[in-house]
Amino acid sequence: MAQVLNVIQRNQASLLTAWMKSMQLGIRRRDLISEAELQSQTEEVLATICSVPAESPLDNLNAAAWQSLREILASLSVSRASQGFTPSETALFILSLKSPVFALVRQQSGNDADQLYASITEIDSFIDKLALLTTDSFIHGRDQVISRQQEEMLELSTPVVTLWDGIVALPLIGTLDSARTQIVMESLLQAIVQTNSRFAIIDITGVPTVDTLVAQHLLKTITAARLMGAECILSGIRPQIAQTIVHLGINLQDVITKAKLSDAFKLALERSGRTVTRIEKTIRPNQ
Amino acid sequence: MRKPTWIVKTEKLPIKDPNDVVIARQRVRVWALDLKLSLVDQTKIVTAASELARNTLEHGGGGEMEISEVTDGIRRGVRLAFSDHGPGIPDIKLALSDGYTSKQGMGLGLGGSKRLMNDFTIETEVGKGTLITATRWK
Repeated sequence: MAQVLNVIQRNQASLLTAWMKSMQLGIRRRDLISEAELQSQTEEVLATICSVPAESPLDNLNAAAWQSLREILASLSVSRASQGFTPSETALFILSLKSPVFALVRQQSGNDADQLYASITEIDSFIDKLALLTTDSFIHGRDQVISRQQEEMLELSTPVVTLWDGIVALPLIGTLDSARTQIVMESLLQAIVQTNSRFAIIDITGVPTVDTLVAQHLLKTITAARLMGAECILSGIRPQIAQTIVHLGINLQDVITKAKLSDAFKLALERSGRTVTRIEKTIRPNQ
Repeated sequence: MRKPTWIVKTEKLPIKDPNDVVIARQRVRVWALDLKLSLVDQTKIVTAASELARNTLEHGGGGEMEISEVTDGIRRGVRLAFSDHGPGIPDIKLALSDGYTSKQGMGLGLGGSKRLMNDFTIETEVGKGTLITATRWK
């Protein structure tokens, strides 16, 4: 059955020309990729197909012989993705190899219909698999970008800021799920140690929904901070959130809560023995 | 006595993983905004949706949520229906009581959602699944 591969290998040069030609029909994106680059990519893929031993199985792409082809196709689809090709355009690049190979096989088989049918079926499913492989790699590349961005956002969204000597604040924005709470808690506790803080203000103005899970996460964070000797103040509780918390029956009585961050800051200053006062403007003699 | 209600329009969402809970919350907020519910009512219905969707996921092993706009001829409202094919609830009264939890949570979600919504019904059969319907009227 490896005859097909043999035929391809013997006609590498003419196949390359035919493949390039079949790509001209419609699926070329001259705005995204230059003729020379496409030519060299096509050559590389075809050369890799031709470099494997002629008896390699066409029905099993996971065989060791196809390792280098798989790698080339994977890197090709990743680069296509970044160039702005769609997954179907990338798959079409491989699929357009079909018709030249079919033509070649037909030439070779002559009038033997059975053999022609067998060869075409085999090469058809082989090329389909290659095309699916490019789509898989394409999606895999996208997934990696998405998960990297997610991680970046997790990092971004939990800054701990120092408001004063010994007072840190954590403005929370967005949904608090378990993964984020873990990071929030860690960075807050870290900051408490590093800055030697006695007060930590958690501001939830930017948290759209406070349900029982979010409340539980907050209470755990507050308890952990308390264990480290820091007092936590919860601020930014908006009227609608306050009503919802009451209806849910969440008990926040052991937690100091304030409506605004400024109130919480003022309280923290007071408790650490400081006050904020307005200074009367005095007119200096030289002014 | 319950007045008859009519469904104006409806939307179904799967609840299969924690991300679906986030999407469920966002969709419910959009529907509540469409109906021009007050900010407090919006927050209440979104919070209840969050609780019930998480229950569907964690206790029911996943299921789906149906958001509908309903009317009884005079008032309009948002109805949320959560269905799963999980283990069901053996003792509804116990499940609704505050502080009782079969898992790690606070044990306030189900009872709290009931207080956040206007109409609240639980249909459940042990081993078959659970259907929770909750409506908030404007």
